Amino acid sequence: MKAKVIITLKNGVLDPQGKAIEGALSSLGFSGVDNVRQGKFIELDVAAESADEAQATVEAMCEKLLSNTVIENYRVEVE
Amino acid sequence: MKAAVIVFPGINRENDMVRALEVGAGAGVTKVWHTETSLPPGTDLVAVPGGFSYGDYLRCGAIAGRSPVMKAIVDHADRGGLVLGVCNGFQILTEAGLLPGALMRNAGLKFVCRQVRLGVENDATFFSRSMKKGDVVSCPVAHHDGNYFADADTLAHLEADGRVVFRYVEGTNPNGAINDIAGIVNANGNVLGMMPHPENMIEPLHGRTDCMPFFEALAAA
Repeated sequence: MKAKVIITLKNGVLDPQGKAIEGALSSLGFSGVDNVRQGKFIELDVAAESADEAQATVEAMCEKLLSNTVIENYRVEVE
Repeated sequence: MKAAVIVFPGINRENDMVRALEVGAGAGVTKVWHTETSLPPGTDLVAVPGGFSYGDYLRCGAIAGRSPVMKAIVDHADRGGLVLGVCNGFQILTEAGLLPGALMRNAGLKFVCRQVRLGVENDATFFSRSMKKGDVVSCPVAHHDGNYFADADTLAHLEADGRVVFRYVEGTNPNGAINDIAGIVNANGNVLGMMPHPENMIEPLHGRTDCMPFFEALAAA
């Protein structure tokens, strides 16, 4: 089963890379851009009997390795 | 004193750490590869050196922090054994849960390689007891992800309990670390993580020897 993991920085955690992207967009003439936050996207295949099982497995992966829950949130989407 | 220096793929400061422990602390040092599941018998101090374990893939220290040898290091720390993490080693110890908080990308986004002025905030830990509170020493930093972050509760506890051992002297914070934090200890005081490299400021050839007392203190481990 295919799963997608989206990892973002928690609110309140400064994101200097997001700020740099925001500055670059602005200097390219894109006006009205605000609150740019960058993160990670991970795609993987996981062997599972059901979508629920896959969801639980990938969430366990996020807790153990894929995200650092001190600074990051994660979201799992199973297809 | 017997020390174990842990080596992961991509680590590059292990020989500096071995030399500092030998010269400064008179230690008998064994290098331990990350696939080991136990430490050499009689290990007093575990040092996790700097470098770029696993190429900093996923997050700095994330993969190394979950490698087989980490369980032995956690057990060693739980028994009260000393653990020192420098630079990538600090990142690895936070990822392994031995120290609170996280090291994020430098606020200026650039890799910084220079000397900072490091203030000694707590001279009561085993690691810092040969220094004096208020001392300011020169120490090199070389990192891309040294921006220490912890949530407000954790930070309040660190500060209230005197667990911030080293702080960048005002105006020299190279990475945006919260409260200018450069190094912290765990609640028991036996695990220290720091971004600067004291092992590179101990010999005349380094230019200065400011950090020699740090290693001399470890001799009694």
